Amino acid sequence: MKVVYTDVLVIGGGLAGLRLAVGAKRRGHDAIILSLVPPKRSHSKAAQGGMQASLGNVSKGQGDTEDVHFEDTVRGSDWGADQEVVRMFVNTSPKAVRELAAWGVPWSRVRKGDRQAVINGQKVTLTERDEAHGTVAQRDFGGTKKWRTCYVADATGHAMITAVADRAIAESIPVHERKEALALIHDGGRCLGAVVRDLVTGEVLAYVAKATAIATGGAGRLYRNTTNAVICEGIGHAIALETGVAALGNMEAVQFHPTAIFPAGILVTEGCRGDGGLLKDASGHRFMPDYEPEKKELASRDVVSRRMEEHIRKGNGVKSRFGEHLWLDITLLGEKHIHQNLREVWDICHYFLGVDPVKDFIAVRPAQHYTMGGVRTKPTGESPTLKGLFSAGEAACWDMHGFNRLGGNSVAETVVAGMIVGEFVADFCDKPENAVTVPVGLVQDFVEREKAKLDAIANRRGGEDPSVLKLEMQDLMSSQVGIFRTGEDLQKAVDGLQKLLARARNVGVRSAAPGPNPELVTAYRVQRMIKLALTIAYGALTRTESRGAHFRSDYPRRNDAEWLKRTLATWKSDSDTLPTLDYEPLDVTRMELPPGWRGYGAKDYIDHPDTPARAAEIEAIKASGKAPDRFALQQALMPFEHLLPEPLRGRNERIDEPF
Amino acid sequence: MADGTAPRKLIFKILRYNPKVPGDRPRLQSYQLEEADGMTLFIALNEIRDKQDGSLAFDFVCRAGICGSCAMMIDGRPGLACRTLTKSLGAEITLAPLPVFELIADLSVDTGKWMRGMSERLETWVHLKEGEVDLRRIEERMDPDLAEEIFELDRCIECGCCVAGCGTARMREDFVGAVGLNKIARFRLDPRDTRSDEDFYELVGDDNGVFGCMSLLGCHDVCPKQLPLQTQIAFLRRKMVSQGMK
Ligand SMILES: Cc1cc2nc3c(=O)[nH]c(=O)nc-3n(C[C@H](O)[C@H](O)[C@H](O)COP(=O)(O)OP(=O)(O)OC[C@H]3O[C@@H](n4cnc5c(N)ncnc54)[C@H](O)[C@@H]3O)c2cc1C
Repeated sequence: MKVVYTDVLVIGGGLAGLRLAVGAKRRGHDAIILSLVPPKRSHSKAAQGGMQASLGNVSKGQGDTEDVHFEDTVRGSDWGADQEVVRMFVNTSPKAVRELAAWGVPWSRVRKGDRQAVINGQKVTLTERDEAHGTVAQRDFGGTKKWRTCYVADATGHAMITAVADRAIAESIPVHERKEALALIHDGGRCLGAVVRDLVTGEVLAYVAKATAIATGGAGRLYRNTTNAVICEGIGHAIALETGVAALGNMEAVQFHPTAIFPAGILVTEGCRGDGGLLKDASGHRFMPDYEPEKKELASRDVVSRRMEEHIRKGNGVKSRFGEHLWLDITLLGEKHIHQNLREVWDICHYFLGVDPVKDFIAVRPAQHYTMGGVRTKPTGESPTLKGLFSAGEAACWDMHGFNRLGGNSVAETVVAGMIVGEFVADFCDKPENAVTVPVGLVQDFVEREKAKLDAIANRRGGEDPSVLKLEMQDLMSSQVGIFRTGEDLQKAVDGLQKLLARARNVGVRSAAPGPNPELVTAYRVQRMIKLALTIAYGALTRTESRGAHFRSDYPRRNDAEWLKRTLATWKSDSDTLPTLDYEPLDVTRMELPPGWRGYGAKDYIDHPDTPARAAEIEAIKASGKAPDRFALQQALMPFEHLLPEPLRGRNERIDEPF
Repeated sequence: MADGTAPRKLIFKILRYNPKVPGDRPRLQSYQLEEADGMTLFIALNEIRDKQDGSLAFDFVCRAGICGSCAMMIDGRPGLACRTLTKSLGAEITLAPLPVFELIADLSVDTGKWMRGMSERLETWVHLKEGEVDLRRIEERMDPDLAEEIFELDRCIECGCCVAGCGTARMREDFVGAVGLNKIARFRLDPRDTRSDEDFYELVGDDNGVFGCMSLLGCHDVCPKQLPLQTQIAFLRRKMVSQGMK
């Protein structure tokens, strides 16, 4: 049995995993990163639009602060987020942009003077201040009060991960590529590493570590129509679930992005609408202002996606042989802007749709896009139930997105969580009591168990076809657990998935060829993916309210009285066919921003009994005038700085808030 | 098809070889597939794997032309499979793995290892000034045009097409390729990087670097991101010549 030992095992080489590893390494701990693919090919690469940080450099961002970013994020989450974590996040995000700027990310910069822009369908002239010239620029994104999204043309994720992956090389952090974690090694209370399969040789080996971090990104491929890369299959989520100890939070919260090209599902960035693009229907009518007079195309993603589907259901979709879609019109932005700032979008339209977005409309329809749920952690990034297991990035439920994450907040989360959790992982490893002596017997047991499972599949001929199981699962998820959900559909999904789970226990392959064996990979993954799909469907069935991206047509109102709580799912035993659900209430009496109307979307919701008292308390604190400035007021409402690692505390300088 | 004509029968000739299978030898294997509207090589290869041959190895990640995973030889020319429409090709399509890189199996090659080796040798990161940056302070300003110029060269996706299309790389194992030279050009341009031309000369001032290029420009023609490789290499060579003569 081959065993690799390291201080910190980071499962995932996307932005979150890379940044976390750099943090731990800088504190003197050895880290190894595992990745299915070369790290720069992780899905972080595909982020186009940008990263939110309240720098307030551009004129339309002036007046932006952590406070505004905080409120936008909490409203966006439909009050599902952990507000302390949101505070930690918004305070660190400007530092993250500045760190990346120092590491070489070629952020698009502010140019002083006048420039043309398109806002709400109108051409306008914006004037940038002289003193902002050369600072990092921001663009508009959905669900935000200020222009806050920092960007590198429309290849932000590409530029970020290039810089961060190269930084990891500079720090001599090994990345073990084409290695897949198949199970976490643990003793029921403490995580000690992972069982790993080499995707080139097929060999199974063990990695033992003091701290293990899951940074495996999203699980979009549970759905048929998704913007996610083909490797976003949620195996990181699944192996946490399969411990029976670690919990997954809010898995039913799944985001659908309004503008995936139709039918391929490839994303064109929200920046298209942020920069002034419009949504239009079969008759060329701009329909979003009819539904959302306040934010129009730039309401939050859950709202825009629902309105689009609603509009199609009313018979306004464009019919095509693949089904119905709507149009995204960016022609009004002009050739120069598109070639400079939306170049990736141009490429995608050119190669995959055969159209030129300078002249033609783009066929779009919402598709699965983001996994809000994930491995439940404390603000430190550690699992509250499985010691030594950490998680960061899209795979985690840290939980700053609640039931809907804002565009631009996700790549921001990856690096911010990487910075923060990296420090806490290092703290954990610093403690002598967390040292690990390799528990040979336990490690052997876990390795043997995984090998036996693989052998059983590899030697089964005439079993269930893994690619058929996967397709059926994806179809169930897309048709029954999508944008509009009902109890009836969800029950169908749960029943169907349970049947698939039973069939998946009998999955086989056509060939047991040594080496990569892609069919075997699909087979062992699909068993885990169906469990995860069940966790989503069952969580959605049980949650009889609508919140953020989770919309129940049969329970259309947000119900704070009963549902202001986070779903926690565990999978207790391998013979179970459903997860066990528990709930973690959110405490209104400690919220800085008690629940209310989001400023877009539905206006009626059922209040939590504690909300009026907390709202009054906050008003009283504000009215007392005791707080000399916004920092003191914030501190009085909900202190958070003590939760941040020491090196990341402190205010952020702005042009309008100089030190 | 959309225009009412009968779909074409495509024949895929794929170079198969799995070094992990004892006794396996490289061979061309044929698969038949009916063409569909908007079919890309991504769609076609997955259909072949799902329905005909579960052992066929290839790499896709983003399937949107962004990540660079799926470079392969398409009818003898390096390109990104995910964004190649079958309708742009003949009815008989030959696919082979990229040369130069270590073969994993069939169409899958280990570009990751090669790229990491190149990055380590050329130190493809910003070499910062002494002293940590104060993350609480406003970022250092940069001219917006310069930021755009750097981004222009930063767009490389390390797909390996330029290396596969390069005469020198096929002969000289340690040649850093257009991908490496482009990175040097990128960091040379970046004022945040403290390295001088003398430092860069140490890295690429030899036949494994900028003087190994035979100016055949195979790289330039096949780059899927249309990076200005030709002008960058020529420019870098002039700079390195004058540095070498100092
Ligand atoms: C098309 C698209 C565009 C987007 N645009 C934006 C945007 O503009 N702004 C924004 O904020 N967000 C955007 N997002 C979201 C954002 O990009 C992602 O949420 C974020 O990059 C995820 O980063 P990560 O580090 O958590 O995971 P990823 O980057 O997905 O990395 C996951 C890593 O885990 C590895 N891995 C997975 N499973 C295993 C396993 N079992 N064993 C070993 N390794 C494993 C993978 O190899 C990979 O290295 C976009 C998402 C998509 C799909």
